[in-house]
Amino acid sequence: MTTQNATVEVAGNGRLWNRFSIGTKRVIWAWTFLALPIAFYVGIRFYPTFQAFWLSLTNWDLLRPAQFIGLANYERMFADPVFWKVFQNTFLYLLMGTPISLLISFVVAYYLDRVRFMHGFIRALYFLPFLTTAAAMGWVWRWFYQPIPVGVFNGILSMMGFAQQPFLRSTTQSLPAIMVPAIWAGLGFQIIIFMAGLRAIPSTFYEAARIDGLGDWAILRKITLPLLKPTTVFLVVFSSIGFLRIFDQVYNMTTNDPGGPLNATKPLVMMIYQTAFSSYQMGYAAAQTVVLFTILLIVSLIQLYVLRQR
Amino acid sequence: MQKAVLLAALSAGVSFSALGTANAVEIEYWQYVFDTRVQAMDQLIANFEAANPDITVKHTTFPYADYPTRVVAARAAGQGPDVVQLFYGWLDNFAGGGLIQPLNPDVFPHDQIEDEFFPIVTAMKRGDDYYGLPTAVRSLALFYNKALFEEAGLDPNNPPQTLEELVAAAEATTKRDGGGNITTAGITLDMAGQDHHWWREVLVRQYGGEPYDADGNVAYNSDAGVEALKFYTDLQTELNVGLQGFMDEGQAAFRAGLAAMTIDGTFRLGAFSSTPFEWGVTELPANADGLRSNYASYFANAIGAMAEGEKLEAAEKFLAYISSAEAMDIWLEVVGELPARKEAALSEANLADPVYGPFLKALEYAHTTHFVDEAGQRQTAIDMVNRVLIEGQDGAASVATAAAEEQAILDRAAE
Repeated sequence: MTTQNATVEVAGNGRLWNRFSIGTKRVIWAWTFLALPIAFYVGIRFYPTFQAFWLSLTNWDLLRPAQFIGLANYERMFADPVFWKVFQNTFLYLLMGTPISLLISFVVAYYLDRVRFMHGFIRALYFLPFLTTAAAMGWVWRWFYQPIPVGVFNGILSMMGFAQQPFLRSTTQSLPAIMVPAIWAGLGFQIIIFMAGLRAIPSTFYEAARIDGLGDWAILRKITLPLLKPTTVFLVVFSSIGFLRIFDQVYNMTTNDPGGPLNATKPLVMMIYQTAFSSYQMGYAAAQTVVLFTILLIVSLIQLYVLRQR
Repeated sequence: MQKAVLLAALSAGVSFSALGTANAVEIEYWQYVFDTRVQAMDQLIANFEAANPDITVKHTTFPYADYPTRVVAARAAGQGPDVVQLFYGWLDNFAGGGLIQPLNPDVFPHDQIEDEFFPIVTAMKRGDDYYGLPTAVRSLALFYNKALFEEAGLDPNNPPQTLEELVAAAEATTKRDGGGNITTAGITLDMAGQDHHWWREVLVRQYGGEPYDADGNVAYNSDAGVEALKFYTDLQTELNVGLQGFMDEGQAAFRAGLAAMTIDGTFRLGAFSSTPFEWGVTELPANADGLRSNYASYFANAIGAMAEGEKLEAAEKFLAYISSAEAMDIWLEVVGELPARKEAALSEANLADPVYGPFLKALEYAHTTHFVDEAGQRQTAIDMVNRVLIEGQDGAASVATAAAEEQAILDRAAE
């Protein structure tokens, strides 16, 4: 009995299925396959995102039930000098990190592309830091920056007769000091992507340019850079998001006084982390998250607009 | 088919075991994971169960980083431990969030608690109720490197007893290179370590002030606070006997034999035990009038809000046992933390112990800071010192800023 019913159903389904055009069938198949990741993303990504928007309007502290408090979290945040300091730091990381790292990685990729001798080995050397965990790297660099007797940089400085530098213990030097390993760590990846982009430019263009008598500089400006634009757009967006979300390096290099001294190195992500997980002010942390989300969205949109394909 | 048999067998097993313990009570105990603490607690549970055959204790542990969150999440789900361990600084959150219940004064009489435990136990009191009792406590002391003392011509068996002697010893033991850079520090300066406790609960009092008033508001924005800060920052700026950030952390400098003195707690004994040089411990130095102070802290055990009826009774029995003198002796032996009862702590053997002695003596006069957000409040003290050392700000202005910042944290918590 059961079997019969099933057969009837399948047959019914089959008849319905056969009535669709090939195009409709394809769409149905596509959506069937897409349904799983969509369901996953809705549950794991989108729902918590909207939840965060709601939490930012409450005073939830994990223990007591969340109470709606309107925009009080945002008022507190915009009145907090630490928030503006952190806001400024976040953009310093972005505005210094992205151009410097892209410039260096492009120059390296441009010249490495011409090197034939030990090409693979050199490329691997550049890529190596990218494989290292940020935590381990942060700690090694943290010790590089120590005062005498263990700090490498201060050891060299004092050997050459210069005064010790405070590096991480300074409000002005600490942010650039953290920036250096962060840029260095990302270089390998950017170089590889740039080189792939360079290789993708047909060599016939270069040959034609040479025959027309163009110099290296003109070739770079008129052919290489314009044709490399899709690669550059990708890397600019990718590295900007990376620098806006910087955390590992800062946290590991300043664990004693996270984001210090005097908030000189604290990025927004770390402020969120501390508000949420050491002060347990989940509502306030959610409000900061909303600001970070907005910044990321705006920066990405601006970059896509500026660097769009005309 | 096989599954069905298995299921039947399993359910039979469950019901048999349920029958076996029909008149027994099972209570749950929660603490965070730390090897020796878990071992000590297992030992205490075994002793307790032997003495109380009708009670079984289920021991559950979580990683420290998750611990408070887990307790909160369990409460939200309507479950939770019957006896739970908490840091004294979490009490407001735990009590306010309804995670724990006040101790019944008939079972734990207040006068008895206050009589038998060290005075810092009052940090577990809110209003008229006690919310928990500690097994072990921690305090601070001055660690000194005997080899460096000897090298500097100081008596390694006669460590500094006053602030003046501390400064003199630091000056004598500091080594510098040709450029004036410190290569061996006289004393470590590490505000992110234990120094913020030293400043708040010890130095401020020794300069005639108090860190907080009777209502718990910040009170160190005074001449005493400014002078205490000056004493601390002068160690680097005027005397050049220590450097904030030297060897990264104070304890690392001391452990590497590159610092003659450091202030640290009982919990550091394990890390220092493997140093190649000999070190000693002494009480935190007194001021010129002989006034000493210290900072003590502890993890206490409390009764979960969900426990009632016979479970509550069992939980009370268990709490009474793990805060008994017998339990404290086991804890000291296994974990190395100091007993919270005077009777267990101040035994002749303990007081004569060259390592435990100075820590134990401190418990008589130690204070416990009422933290509402330990990381946040510590940060205000770190920033206060940094403003002077890095930005060259005036001490009085820096203390005033720190006081305002910390008061804001306290006010927000009181809301």
